[in-house]
Amino acid sequence: MYMNKIAQILKKSVFRTLAAIVLGLFVAGIILAVAGYPPLRSMLALGKGIFSSPKYVSNVLIKSTPIIFTGLSVAFAFKTGLFNIGVEGQFIVGCLASTLVGITLDLPPVIQVPLVLLAGLVAGAAYGGMIGVLKAKFGIHEVISGIMLNWIALYLSNYICILEPFRKGDSNGTYQVSEASKTLILGAWKNTDDGRNFLKGIPILGEAFLKTDVNIGFLAAVIMAILLAVLLKKTTKGFELRAVGYNKYSAEAVGIDIKKNIIDVMLISGAVAGLGAALYITGNTPHKITVLSAFEGMGINGLPVALIAGSSPVGCILSGLLFGGLMYGGQALQYEVGAPTEIINIVIGIIVFFVAIMKGVPRLLLKIPRRGGKHVK
Amino acid sequence: MIEPSKEYVVQMHGITKRFGSFCALNEMNLDVKSGTIHSLLGENGAGKSTLMNVLYGLYQADEGEIFLKGEKVEVKNPSDAIKLGIGMVHQHFMLLEKFTVVQNIILGDECISHLGMVDMKKARKDVMEIANKYGLHIDPDAKISDITVGMQQKVEILKALYRGAELLILDEPTAVLTPQEIQELIKIMKNLIDSGKAIIIITHKLKEIKAASDICTIVCRGKYIDTVDVKSTTESELAALMVGHDVNLVVDKSPAEPKETILEIENLVVENEKKMDAVKGLSLNVRKGEIVGIAGIDGNGQKELMDALSGFIKAKSGTIKINGKEIQNTTPRNIIDSGISIIPEDRHKRGLVLEFGVFENAVLNKYRKMPYSKKGILNQKAMEQFTNELIQECDVRPAGCTYDHAGNLSGGNQQKLIIGREVSNNPELLIAVQPTRGLDVGAIESVHKTLVRERDKGKAILLISFELDEVMNLSDTIAVIYDGKIQDTFLQGTVDENTLGLLMAGGRNHVHE
Repeated sequence: MYMNKIAQILKKSVFRTLAAIVLGLFVAGIILAVAGYPPLRSMLALGKGIFSSPKYVSNVLIKSTPIIFTGLSVAFAFKTGLFNIGVEGQFIVGCLASTLVGITLDLPPVIQVPLVLLAGLVAGAAYGGMIGVLKAKFGIHEVISGIMLNWIALYLSNYICILEPFRKGDSNGTYQVSEASKTLILGAWKNTDDGRNFLKGIPILGEAFLKTDVNIGFLAAVIMAILLAVLLKKTTKGFELRAVGYNKYSAEAVGIDIKKNIIDVMLISGAVAGLGAALYITGNTPHKITVLSAFEGMGINGLPVALIAGSSPVGCILSGLLFGGLMYGGQALQYEVGAPTEIINIVIGIIVFFVAIMKGVPRLLLKIPRRGGKHVK
Repeated sequence: MIEPSKEYVVQMHGITKRFGSFCALNEMNLDVKSGTIHSLLGENGAGKSTLMNVLYGLYQADEGEIFLKGEKVEVKNPSDAIKLGIGMVHQHFMLLEKFTVVQNIILGDECISHLGMVDMKKARKDVMEIANKYGLHIDPDAKISDITVGMQQKVEILKALYRGAELLILDEPTAVLTPQEIQELIKIMKNLIDSGKAIIIITHKLKEIKAASDICTIVCRGKYIDTVDVKSTTESELAALMVGHDVNLVVDKSPAEPKETILEIENLVVENEKKMDAVKGLSLNVRKGEIVGIAGIDGNGQKELMDALSGFIKAKSGTIKINGKEIQNTTPRNIIDSGISIIPEDRHKRGLVLEFGVFENAVLNKYRKMPYSKKGILNQKAMEQFTNELIQECDVRPAGCTYDHAGNLSGGNQQKLIIGREVSNNPELLIAVQPTRGLDVGAIESVHKTLVRERDKGKAILLISFELDEVMNLSDTIAVIYDGKIQDTFLQGTVDENTLGLLMAGGRNHVHE
């Protein structure tokens, strides 16, 4: 009977995901044990690395922000039937555009910040929109064009960031964006004596502000998640996008323009990634881009974030935090027990794996007692 | 209840099957005698398919016993069923399009030569032997994608016979066939019976029960109603048993009073997906206050005609006018806005978004309009209210399904939802393609009544159906389509089935020549 109960509970996707996370950590523990590291101590170290200090928690939030954005970008496209693997490229061009604008212009922050963010957003949207146009007009699958455009973005960014006048000296990166472009909270003030002394007097928040790049990014991510959720659920546009995602033939039959909607989705999806990129540049040191030898993975990491969240925008915040927490706290594994940080990638992989297979579990559980019952007879 | 005995191929006694709290089968009984064609009659959702799925091992019964030739058996899964000599042909064929007929038939039961290779020669020979024995004429090397639906069905039957089926279950076997193909199927079934097989057909087409089967068991809401001798029972008696009340089999309508022309199609040419002309200079008019029915066999340009009328594909030449305004080659939205509503042939593909709630499907064609949305923001309350009204008005069941997934409704109720939605748009021209496909007698009656009611309101109605009876019963004007052209048109009552059948098959109309 209790099997039935578990099955009922696991029918809710939230609990399924939680179970997947617990199982993921459990399996990671086994792997650690096999590799010769104490599993319990490792897990404690991981937890400590995330929660034990305001600095850590703040850093987790900061680290999660860009992948929440790329997760949202992927989830939004998923909801409407598209697989936006091009999110990496959209993130890169978002970084590029916002950096360039941030270096070139130096206006008062009230104008500068919106302009820099807009630059990232527009670049991401255009880059994502391109995938949409290719699909809508020429029928090119978004995964193919997305992957190709990722590479183009990578090398485009590498090329431009060492061009005059953006390149800083002989370095392999650009100048920092202007001070007015930064989206840090209390950024300049906390470096003054007044600010330092004042913040020292505040117990928890003070430390977080002084020791980390507290910025508006996470707040923006939460707002973006809510906006996207409202767009999908409450507006006619969202209605159309979802209809096309679920069944484009029926959508076409009631007069919805499928091609236009594909382009719209990719525009929005790219815009979200691009905005996340701009916030990443303006909110995090070093506030510039450098030549990359490989993909940073900010976009690609959005895929598991969206998967774990079950493509729910609000869920992306939570799964992004989980992801960010594991990545940041994972460093503690290394200096506390000497375990390689790669174990964190294994944990994430296992969680995604369990999320994927968990869907079938309720049905499986319902079958087991019935089989057993037959033997009893 | 009949005692288990050797005389009966299958006996299912006291079968009960529950899905959660819903009781799909309630102490069902079925006794199929050897050498008979036994039909299982019931409305959609009555439990016919569930019962057969229990027999075939796809479901396990909660209670009840199954006997084969008097011996109790347990069927845990389809491979058990196959071993016991039970074969099933599903309503939706399970064939691989890219494989040939023989490859499909032997798939999963291949004969292997010593080298571990598939012995195609032997397979082909075996298959042809069985085919010839029962008069199932097939082309063994044709690809499934290249043969007609009727052929595909024969392949499915052969598949079951190849696996040694003694009892064949055919789920809605005539749903997709032309009258001629149905005749051929009936002949094949008789052949099979003569060589000692038994057949169960699941159907809700009364006419075919009369034509093909010997014994009929009626199911209603998961319960056994009666088993009757088909020869001595009339169609209306069968219908009444099935639905639980008297049914009007003939469409009740007054003579049409056609007014001005709404739809004018002139010399329309449309290409199919292979870039060949499928509609070849078709002309047709539909006037207000009349139902024009297009009779024809599937694949004579109906699909392409509909795609052009819906705005999915462009016409190569010719015009489609609605109220004098040309609408060929505009967008689907434009076409809807000019007053055309379409009840699509495939309600899952073109009619509904199954993952959407009923309420979202109910406003699928009007979500942009007040009061369902305002300035791009959806109005949940208005959507809900409209849906509740539609559910009540069109008798969509279960009542209160407003927030259920549309995919959870039965086929008949999905169709009611679509029709209600399209009619509520108050179109000038209503196009219904196969509107009763797969529906039971009760639902068919309701669909037909709706179409006639809309006609009486002065709407123009275009009906495209592969069921000749439906076209003949419902249409005021009957047009026959063959090879992408309208061959001839008749007023209702001035033409008989034979003439139409001949024209549908490409024969000349001698009456007019």
